[in-house]
Amino acid sequence: MSFKKDEEAGGMSFYHDKSTILQEARCFNESPISPRKCRALLTRIVYLLYVGETFSTQEATTLFFGVTKLFQHKDAALRQMVYLVIKELSTIAEDVIMVTSSIMKDMQPNLEVVYRPNAIRALARIIDSQSVQSVERFFKSALVDKSSSISSASLVSSYHLFPLSPSIIKRWSNEAQEAVNAKSVSSFSSNASAYLSGGQSGGYQAVASSSYIMQYHALGLLYLIREKDRMAITKMVQQLGSGSKGSGIIKNPMAMCMLIRFARKVMDEDPNVRKQMHEYLETLLRHKSEMVNIEAARAICEMRDVQPGDLYRTVAVLQLFMNSPKPVIKFAAVKTLNKLAQILPQSVATVNVELENLITDSNRSIATYAITTLLKTGNEASVDRLMKQISSFMADITDEFKIIVVDAIRSLCLKFPAKQAIMLSFLSGVLRDEGGYDFKHAVVEAIFDMIKFIKDCRETALAHLCEFIEDCEFTKLSVRILHLLGIEGPKTRNPTKFIRYIYNRVVLENAVVRAAAVSSLAKFGVCIDDKTVMKSVNVLLRRCLDDVDDEVRDRAAMYIKVLEEKSLADVFVREEATFSLAQLEEQLVSYVKDDTKHSAAFDVSSIPRVSKEAAAAEIAHNRPSALDIAGPSSSRAAEPTPQASSSAEGQASSYAAQLAAVPELESYGPVLRSSSKPVELTESETEYVVSAVKHIYKEHIVFQFNVSNTIPDTVLEQVAVIMTPSPDSGLTEDFIVPIDSLNAASSGSGAIYVSFTRDDPSTYAAGTFGCTLKFVSKEIDPNSGEPEEEGYDDEYQVEELDLGAGDYITPTYVTFSSEWDKLSNSANLTETFALSSSESLKDACKSLIEVLNMLPLGGTETPSSNSVHTLNLSGLVIPTNNSEKSTKVLARCRMTYSPGNGVTLELSVRAENEQGAKLVMAAI
Amino acid sequence: MGLSLSRIYGSLSSLAFWGKDKEVRILMVGLDSAGKTTILYRLQIGEVVSTIPTIGFNVETVSYKNINFQVWDLGGQSSIRPYWRCYYANTQAIIYVIDSSDVSRLPTSRSELLTMLSEDELKSVPVLVFANKQDVEGSLSPGEISDKLGLAGQEKGREWSVRGSCATKGEGLEEGLDWLVNTIQK
Repeated sequence: MSFKKDEEAGGMSFYHDKSTILQEARCFNESPISPRKCRALLTRIVYLLYVGETFSTQEATTLFFGVTKLFQHKDAALRQMVYLVIKELSTIAEDVIMVTSSIMKDMQPNLEVVYRPNAIRALARIIDSQSVQSVERFFKSALVDKSSSISSASLVSSYHLFPLSPSIIKRWSNEAQEAVNAKSVSSFSSNASAYLSGGQSGGYQAVASSSYIMQYHALGLLYLIREKDRMAITKMVQQLGSGSKGSGIIKNPMAMCMLIRFARKVMDEDPNVRKQMHEYLETLLRHKSEMVNIEAARAICEMRDVQPGDLYRTVAVLQLFMNSPKPVIKFAAVKTLNKLAQILPQSVATVNVELENLITDSNRSIATYAITTLLKTGNEASVDRLMKQISSFMADITDEFKIIVVDAIRSLCLKFPAKQAIMLSFLSGVLRDEGGYDFKHAVVEAIFDMIKFIKDCRETALAHLCEFIEDCEFTKLSVRILHLLGIEGPKTRNPTKFIRYIYNRVVLENAVVRAAAVSSLAKFGVCIDDKTVMKSVNVLLRRCLDDVDDEVRDRAAMYIKVLEEKSLADVFVREEATFSLAQLEEQLVSYVKDDTKHSAAFDVSSIPRVSKEAAAAEIAHNRPSALDIAGPSSSRAAEPTPQASSSAEGQASSYAAQLAAVPELESYGPVLRSSSKPVELTESETEYVVSAVKHIYKEHIVFQFNVSNTIPDTVLEQVAVIMTPSPDSGLTEDFIVPIDSLNAASSGSGAIYVSFTRDDPSTYAAGTFGCTLKFVSKEIDPNSGEPEEEGYDDEYQVEELDLGAGDYITPTYVTFSSEWDKLSNSANLTETFALSSSESLKDACKSLIEVLNMLPLGGTETPSSNSVHTLNLSGLVIPTNNSEKSTKVLARCRMTYSPGNGVTLELSVRAENEQGAKLVMAAI
Repeated sequence: MGLSLSRIYGSLSSLAFWGKDKEVRILMVGLDSAGKTTILYRLQIGEVVSTIPTIGFNVETVSYKNINFQVWDLGGQSSIRPYWRCYYANTQAIIYVIDSSDVSRLPTSRSELLTMLSEDELKSVPVLVFANKQDVEGSLSPGEISDKLGLAGQEKGREWSVRGSCATKGEGLEEGLDWLVNTIQK
């Protein structure tokens, strides 16, 4: 018999492939079936699924229907296996609802069989949203079942069903609450029940459980149900944890950990309960479960604005754990301390002795964290010793940990610049080691930072980098290093020695690297004041003219020209400013798309420029660098609030895309300027949040209002903003583009456009606008989720919106003194003002920059003296009529301050045309 | 006395014939709300249970006269009918349940039955038709149902019988099973 053969095959049968199993699955159709044989086959199916075998829909469906036939047998072990397979196949097979009746029979409340939890879990996988309601009764009783396995199964299933039909699951919160509170008593009486039992049921005794695991599951479900309701979550944490009465209810350590996480979230969101929660977390440091201790310690360390005073006990607990015999506890403790050391190294310094012991730990992960923590907490004296120890085990750890170590060292050398030599030799050492791109990239970044911030190490560091590119497999890194060599190399005492390294790249590398090397060479030629160097660079560049790659040849040709003409060098090599790349891209795209513009060349002068330093600062800002880790952690504090993403230029480009989508605005032509930052017209926590952006067109001005509705149960329809301009604004309203419907649940926000015509496009209209939000408010029926038929008109007053000079000006970078002299013969205005509202020069500078929206130059935005200061500003004014380009405008603000009179301002404006100058003057 | 003797004899012979754990596999189908699930549990535990529309199937072992019937009660909703065929294999008898009071859907019921009987897997499998809900006023008699089904001329080589029943009262069920037992044992 095949049955016997199977048994003889033993474990080997697991290695059968899919087709064998699909064939053998015919035994499901036999009559009578053999439970033992079927169970073995089911096990093999599950095995195949777990090792990643894929079944087609057809195969899975056939298997599934075969499996359903096994419901004829009452064997409990078989039935449990059947449920496992059904759960696995439910996502692949079709028509899985065919087992609904059979499952529902197995989860009858009065049925005492061992597979009832299995049935509940399987049901959650096959049911559709319409049928959830029909099983509500079963679920409600299962949730509070005395047996923890049934209760757990139904809690977890409810959790999975939640996304399917949240409104029904929300009704089960009382039962879930009861499951949290339940005393864990579970025993089965094994008598077969009357109604649906067959011949062989009963005889199974569920193991009485005292793990209270259902508390963990129930908390998860409760959180899911109440997630949107901050008050309810706070109350739950207070009741179950911090309150005097409730503590003691939660016995399961995992549930405790869950509660700690809720507590942390609550603390972050509501400062009022912070103290209470903190005290609660402190008490948990003494809880009998280590898991809970660790979680509580972690939560305390990660509190926002945590103070050293909050940490004594926490650190003491973690100190104990570092001596634990269990590696996992040690790891958790040292990892927590490592994170803490990033913000408060002095608090962690008290456990330095324990940390040093862990460096030799046989578990490399623990050792790595210990050493990187020490690097942050250690003093200058211990650095040498630590570096030695690190070098000894670098070879043993993975790239991932190596990156952690390198990052730690990078912040360390900025902290102790005196130790740069030893660190640099370490970094160059690891640079020679085997390693992937991420690791090498981290090392190179670290060396870059050292070059930037520690002048002493520049030459040695550059030499190390030169050596590295001799044998570097990563093109990206080679290019970056060559670029840096071009900038830093000429400043060194003996620049010529780098030229050899760079030219070697031209000979040996791929086209991308060759091009970078050519640029780098040229910089040496331009920046070094030595005729012989220039000559030899010229020779080298000429050789590149024969290169096979276009880019390399083009660059070489260009730089040869640059070397020969001094004036070009200033523009192409020494220039400090660079274009605002986001804007440049956007303008180029619109130029390429618009055929009518192609008759004229692209106008580069209208692109705002930024200084290279500003551009670098922006890049650094977007990259969470090791510098943050060394200093107070800013990235962490900013984490919960969504970061105001990208730069102003980037935003302007995205507005253009939004505006292009509004058909009414199509005829207006290109946007001349969009205000960079949205102006908030409401507090950020009101029911309706409104912010405004101003878009200036040739003959029109469009106000864009971003409105979001934060009230979950209402829909706003026909949302518009009524704007009342001040009488002499010189603007006439055209139309309003309202939002049809605004729903907090779906998107929650939308944009309204209000368009005005500029009565006289040759002047810059200014004024103040009263704004009122007007809409039809409709409540959402909680059952159907559909808005009600009837709504009511409502209005909502928001703050006034100003239109002024700043909206016509784009900040741009120029070299102030030379430009100022150049403009001495054009429009030129000077006037004196008393700025009584400003209380200091700094204040005055800030408000001037804000009002005029011009770029402060040469660091003049921060006054060095308290009494006298000169602020230099520059900007581009948008054109007043079709033919013109944007015009430059410069402002020199000479200010004096005396405590009695406030700030006196002498404002001199020079501009390429009269209107521009007047615009700036009128703004004050 | 004679009756009980014959019963004992009957059960002895069936024991000998079927073997102890051999079950007779029976398929019970019909349109939705014909009363299949009610019949199933009336036969199994002798009680009328409250039922909900069967999504899928119920399978139970019913002991009658020492014979174990494994009865597959398949849901009758139109969405589920296509899956009946998945359970045809190895079927030894069919019980087809009709709601005698639902005259308007009798043609549907008839066509479902004939479609099923035309399947190869069910060739010459005996069919017992229960004209259920005989207690409801206005219901058709078994004879009338039989005429409307028109099995008489068509089903050659197949044993069939149309019998009246009332699942809630338990009337006619045992008689029907008796007929099935006899037919199968022939």
